[in-house]
Order: sequence, then structure tokens, then C-alpha cells
Amino acid sequence: MSLSVLIILPLLTAIALLLCNGFRQVRVVALSGAVVQLIYVLWLLGAYWQQRPAGNAAAILFEEDLTWFASLNIHYHVGIDGIAIAMILLTALVTVAGILVSWPVEKLSKEFFFLLVLLSLGAYGFFISLDLFTLFFFLEVAVIPKFLLIGIWGSGRSSYSAMKLALLLMGGSALVFVGLAGIYFNTPTANGPTFDLLQIAQAGISTDVQELFFPFAFIGFGIFTALFPFHTWVPDGHSSAPTAASMFLAGISMKLGGYGCLRMALLMPAAAQSYSGIIIVLATIAIIYGAFATMMQTDLKYINAYSSVSHCGFVLLGIGMLTKTAMMGAVLQMVSHGLMTALFFAAIGMLYDRTHTRQVAQLGGLLKVMPFIATVFVIAGLCSLGLPGLSGFVAEVTVFMGAWQREDAWYRLATILACASIVVTAVYILRAMGKVIMGPLLVEGTGSLLQQGHVLSDARWNEKLAAVLLIIGIVAIGVAPFWLTELIN
Amino acid sequence: MLSDFFILMKQELVIMVIIFVLLLLKIGADMSNEKMMNLANGLLLLNLAAGFTGNQPGVLFNEMYVTNPLIVLEKNILNLGTLIISLQSFSWLKKHDHVPEFYVLLLCTLLGMFFMISSGNLILFYIGLELSSIPLATMANFDLAAKRSSEAAMKFIMSSAFASGLLLFGISLLYGATGTLTFSEMTALITGSPLHIFAFVLLLAGFAFKISVVPFHLWTADVYEGAPVAVTSWLSVVSKGSVLFVFVSVLYTVFKPIAGNWYNMLFLLSVVTILIGNLFAIRQNNIKRFLAFSSIAQIGFILVGITGSSQVSSASVVYFVLIYVFSNLAAFGVVALVSAVTGREQVSDYKGFYKTNPVLSWVLTIALFSLAGVPPTAGFFGKFFLLMAGAGKGNYIPITIAALNMILSFYYYLRIVKAVFMDANEQPIERLTIPAYSKLAMFICVAGILITGLAGFVYDYIYALSFGF
Repeated sequence: MSLSVLIILPLLTAIALLLCNGFRQVRVVALSGAVVQLIYVLWLLGAYWQQRPAGNAAAILFEEDLTWFASLNIHYHVGIDGIAIAMILLTALVTVAGILVSWPVEKLSKEFFFLLVLLSLGAYGFFISLDLFTLFFFLEVAVIPKFLLIGIWGSGRSSYSAMKLALLLMGGSALVFVGLAGIYFNTPTANGPTFDLLQIAQAGISTDVQELFFPFAFIGFGIFTALFPFHTWVPDGHSSAPTAASMFLAGISMKLGGYGCLRMALLMPAAAQSYSGIIIVLATIAIIYGAFATMMQTDLKYINAYSSVSHCGFVLLGIGMLTKTAMMGAVLQMVSHGLMTALFFAAIGMLYDRTHTRQVAQLGGLLKVMPFIATVFVIAGLCSLGLPGLSGFVAEVTVFMGAWQREDAWYRLATILACASIVVTAVYILRAMGKVIMGPLLVEGTGSLLQQGHVLSDARWNEKLAAVLLIIGIVAIGVAPFWLTELIN
Repeated sequence: MLSDFFILMKQELVIMVIIFVLLLLKIGADMSNEKMMNLANGLLLLNLAAGFTGNQPGVLFNEMYVTNPLIVLEKNILNLGTLIISLQSFSWLKKHDHVPEFYVLLLCTLLGMFFMISSGNLILFYIGLELSSIPLATMANFDLAAKRSSEAAMKFIMSSAFASGLLLFGISLLYGATGTLTFSEMTALITGSPLHIFAFVLLLAGFAFKISVVPFHLWTADVYEGAPVAVTSWLSVVSKGSVLFVFVSVLYTVFKPIAGNWYNMLFLLSVVTILIGNLFAIRQNNIKRFLAFSSIAQIGFILVGITGSSQVSSASVVYFVLIYVFSNLAAFGVVALVSAVTGREQVSDYKGFYKTNPVLSWVLTIALFSLAGVPPTAGFFGKFFLLMAGAGKGNYIPITIAALNMILSFYYYLRIVKAVFMDANEQPIERLTIPAYSKLAMFICVAGILITGLAGFVYDYIYALSFGF
């Protein structure tokens, strides 16, 4: 039982990919690597579960601690708690689904899957890190694959979007760096300056230091999860990216930021308390602005991208409220949004592959010709608007309940406003779905395959498998949320 | 005594022997270019290996010459850079008429750098510095038929002479004020009186010229553009690296009493250097000019690290130079090959490079990522530790400016990556065959980029040898 396997397996997969020939071989290797990883994660989950009731009260399980840079007291220190394992599970699921959806990629397939695997490696490493240096290291490992994936395989203004994303995320990591350096030098631990999360938490950071460096670290991570004024990379990046990269970006990569924000809030509670008002204002703006901006979009990918801004606002809202329930809601929302948005992007990718358009106005009646894809689309949409029984509902309700525990009138107002945004969400989701799925069959636009006499086919086996995998996750959280809440608690 | 001499000065002596062997061969033997270069590369490899045998500390000639394990390591780093550059210049040099002369000049400058690093006395320091810059001007002119090349040489010699003048002025003032030329005696005599500060500022300006710190950077881009690629890479990596090594040791030992003064000067210079370097790099279309300005920005980051003045700082500077050898030379290796075969040096020429030359593209990309400081490449660790070293002083405003400047530098490095991978081009650079020596050099560089950072013991080793206060 070793957490390092989570990093070594993708690394081996990536090396194996470099040795492959031809896209058939490449995709089989990539998929088998991801599936083995998923199985390992499930096994890890089982082991975690067995240890918990067995009376293992330690906050962190499966710790491994190796010295990396002895002279600077930097360690490779990994371990997981309930939150981390939930995020790892999400990563494993989305990775498998993403690789399945990219099955037909032939253009530079070796590089494509290599970068996907590298991206997932960064995410795994990030979630299991207990040392702020390794955390930062893996955070940045995941930036470059995004740039290349969007720039090379993307559509539309892809190189512009890729550059925008890379630069904003780089700015985020620069801020995170300043925050981490401040924590490193100003925490009096027994062993001198350290990046070790547990030791820092134990030693406690003085309130002055917290208030000085919390904004750096929080805004830095916040940029990764579309914190309000810095969310502009999200719509462009998501909509230009190829399907699998969109799934990774929205499903995993934005969660890196959310997870980082959560960790920072837990590490520096005093500062989080003093800045919580600002966080909540920004989160509420993101929720409402995101929802209204989505209403104006005509491109399916932009719709989902802007709604991601809105949904990730709930994560920040939950963190900003600082009650236990709200934070639990934030984690639930991260997992739920990760699965849901990956599913949504997968469905949009499948539609686009067949119709060659993503404009809502140019589509209609697709339920008749591709029932499976249309159903997936509906499920993703309903989850997004928070239908009970699916994961979105559970997560959002938990956030609201937690938020309501803050009794100050302004906090209540923010909560009410955020709740109200769900109505707007329902409007844009239902409108888009009604237009695309129902009504007479319609596929227009340049390059429309239907007009060229092609028959629109339904989902292939790989797409079905990917969708089913994600839907299982969504329903499992929606119907029986207690297993996840128990885990995170 | 005599055995001491041979043991302590072995690195200098080996280079001298190589210089004489090559000179005699030039006169006596009629060798083909390729044979001569095989021999030279072999000798440089021997030279590198010889550096790793024994590294005890010691002084010679009345403290004129000082050596210790850190200095030996620094010389080894320079030897490594020399070997890589020699391997990379194969395809350019094989058509040249004056192969032995190139190596003799190259090794003369290297010898000068060695004496400069090992100097314990201002006179030997100055002689070493001059020995390392005058042959360089000749090397900058080594594309004998090209006008640009002689222009570069001219600019280089003028600015070098100016810098030397400033240095000499500073040295004479210091001598006048303290009455000694020996570093170890001088420290106790420097009190921070206005005359001392003035002498220091002159010395600082001289150093700043050599490592092209803004506002003393104006010669850099023109010289880099005009000189042959091999010389450009030599200038940007080995030459700058050697001056940085001396700079750190002089600051941390001789000028330790006035640390409060130079701390502020260096912070100001570092922030300005990073900003100006970055802003100008964005606008460059010639890839050599581009690398020139990006190297100015890199020097700014090094200065941030130097201001920390702790053991972490000096270790991080040496570590960063080692990484810089790998990453910058990997980038220059690709540029050198493309330039030697096709003569194309514009950024726009690299559009669509990946379609025709995937291997070279990856080498270039990994090198640029390392320069930009993206993990898992070594550049990430180098920059992280430099900024950490700077932050150790507790002044976070310049650190924040430097960190945010990473965004700018990211932009222009990614611009090249974008050209290579994403942009279409009607006439991409044709498929190039990579000569065996270039392949070897690129392999060393890429391996260095990937290993130096991830392997923590490299840093720990350098840290153990370093010093600070």
C-alpha cells in the first residue's frame, strides 16, 4: 500500500507511450494505464475504509516521508485524508473517461495521450502532497500540458486561449509562491523553516503572518478555480480545448485550485476568518455573473464553460463560509461538478463530432437520431441545474445549509442570492436542452455532415462506456451521498 | 611545495597543456578539420574528467591563488559548458579554415576565467578577467567573412574596455584606501566610508557590464546577434557564469562589511534588470537577440538570489548556473544547428518546426521550459531556490515583482513553443540530420535538465560547499 504508486503508474504509462508505434497501440496503452490506476484507487479507497473504523484516528493515512532537499528541509511527504481520496477518485474516473472519449484521436496521438497522462500525474501528485513544495511542484506540472493540449489540438482561437490560460495560471502560481515562501520563513517549527503542512499546522502561524500571506496564496489558488476577476481564462480555455482536455480542465484542473484554497483556509483559519467577507462577495459575484453570462451564450461549450464559473463559485462560497457543513458542501461540489462537467463536455464533444456545430440555434431534435447521446446530455444538464437524485443537488444543498449557519445578515443575503442563481441556471439549461434535443430534426451550419448526406450515428462503445462511468459516479453521490460525506467528514 | 603547485593548479595546468598541444599541431601536423575536432573534443573530455580528481583547499603564491572544493566545482561546471559548446559547434566549425585557432582562443578565455575565479588578489583577478575577455573579442569575429561578426567584435571590445576601465579605477581606489591588494586582508579594512562605497560602486559597474545587468546591458543584444552561435552561447553561459562566481565570492567575503549598502543597490538593479530584460525580449524577432534579452532577465533573477546573502543564496547561484549551462546550451544547440545548416535565425522561421524536426523541437521546448522555470525541468528548482534565497531577507515586495515577472517571461518562451508546435508555415525548416556530436551534446543537456532538479543531492552537495553570512 503505497501512495507513490499513484505517481509511478502514470509515469510508467507515459514512458510506455513514448515507446509505442501507431495510434492503435498508443490508445490501448493509455487506456490500460488509466484503468489500472482506477482499480488501484478503488482498492486504496477500500483500504482507507477498513482502517477508519478499525480505530485509526490519525488524520492522515498512508503517509510516506522522504527527504528531497535536505539542506532546505524540503521533503517528499505524501498522505491522504478523506478530502484527498475523494479528489483522487474523481481524477481517476475523469481520466479513464477522458481517454475513452479521445479514442478516435489520430492527429499526433502519442503526444496527445502523453500530455493527458502527464496532466493526470500532476493532479494525483497535487492531491496527495503534504509538503507545500511538492504541492506547488505538481500544481505547476499540470500547467504546461494544458497549454499544449489546447494549442495543438484545440479549435477556434486555440493558441490565443492557450496562451491566456497559461499566463493567468502562471500568475496564480507566482502568487502562490509568494504565499508559500512567506509561510516557510515565518513559521517557528521545531526543525527550522519547513514546508511540511502538518508541522506548520501544529506550530501555528501567527495572525499577522496569516493576514499578510493568506491573500497571496488564496488568490493564487483561486485563479485556478475561476475566482471572480480572474475567471477569464475559463470560457476561452474550455471552449477551445479538445473534448478530453475540456473534461480534464473543468473536471480536474479547476479542482486543484479549489482544493488548494480549502487547504489554505484550513491552514490559516484566522486569516480566512478576517477575509471571509471578501471571499464571499467575490464568490457570490462569480455565481450570479456566471449564471447570467451563460444565458447569453449560443455555443454549447461556452454555455458549459460559463456555468463552470458559476458552479465553482459555490466551491469558494462554501470555503468562505468557514462552517464545517459548508466546507463539506464545497468538497461535494468539487467532486460533483468535476463529474458533471466532464460528462457535459463529453456529450458536447460527441454531438460536435457528428454535427460539426456547437451552436444551439443550428441544432434540434437530436433525441430522434442519437438517443443515447441526447440522454447523456439531459442527465448532465439536469445534474447541473440541481435535480434531486443527482450529485449537483446534494452538493448545492449542503453548501446552502452550511452557509445558512452563519447568522450575520450579510452572509444570509449572499446565501439567498446564490440560491436564486439556481433559477437562472434552470433557465439556460432547460432552454438549451429543449432546443437541441426536442423539436424537429435540425443540423445546420457550414460543414454540416447531415447536409452532405451523412447518417448521424449514435454513441460508439467507447463513448457509452465513458458516459456510463461518469453517470454512475453522479448517481452514486446523488442517491446515496452518505458514503462520500462519511469519507470527507 | 612543488607537488602542491601541481595538485592545486591542476585544472589550469591541464588547459595550458591542451593549448600547447593544439598550437604545436597547428604548426607541425597537417590534420583534417574533423580529425582536429575529434582530438579537441577528446582532450576537453579528459580535461573535464581531470577536474574531478581530488579537490582539497589551499593557497599558492602568497594568497594570490586560492582554491577550495567550491572553486573546483565551479571550474568543473565551466569545463562542462566548454565541452558541450565544442560538441555543438561541430557542424559550424567543420567548414571553417581555422579550427585550431578557435580552440586555442576558447581555452585561453577559459584559462583566464579559472585564474579569475581562483584569484585571492585584485591584480590576479584583473589579469584573469582581461585574459578571459580579449580573446573573446577575436572569437566574436570568427565568422571572418561576415560584417556583422566584426561589428559584434568591435562592440564587444569597446564595451569590455570601458568596463575594465571602471574596474581598474575601482581597484586603484580600493588599493589607495586600504593599502592592500589581497582579498583576505582587505575585508577588515573596509569600513564603509564614502571612498570605499565609491570604489565599490565602480567595481559593481564593471561586474554589471560583464554580466549585462541593466543599465549596463546595451552591448549584449548586438554582440549576441552578430557573433557566431557557438560564441554567443559561450558568452551567455560560460563567460557570464564565471563572472557570477567571482561576483558572489567577492561580495560575500571582501565587501561583507558594507552588505547593508550593496543589498539595496542589488535589489534595485535586479528588479530593473528583470523588467527591462523581459519587456525587450517580448519584442525580439531574431532568436539570438531574443535569447540575449531573456538571458538578461535571468541575470536579474540571479541577482535576487544574491541579495539573500545566506548559504542558500550562494548555493542557489552556483546551482542555477549549472542548470543554466544545460538549459541555455540545449536551446543554443538547436539554434546553432539550424543556423549552421540553413542560415535561418528568425523566430518566425521556427513556425511549423515540429512537423519536420520533432526531436529538435522537443529539445528546444524542454530547454525553453527549463528557462521559463516549469517543473519537472531543473529550471523550476533553480528559480524557486533563487527567489527563496531572496525572500530569506524578509523583503517580499521585490520577490513579488520578480515572481509576477515570471508571467512575462512565460509569455515570450511560450511564443516560441507556439511557433514550433501550433503555427502553420509554408516553408518550414527542412528536416535536418543531427550530427553525432550534436546529438551527444543535446542528450547531455536534456538529461541534465531532467536530472539536476529532481535529484535533490545535487543541490545538497553544492550547499555543503557554499558559504554565506
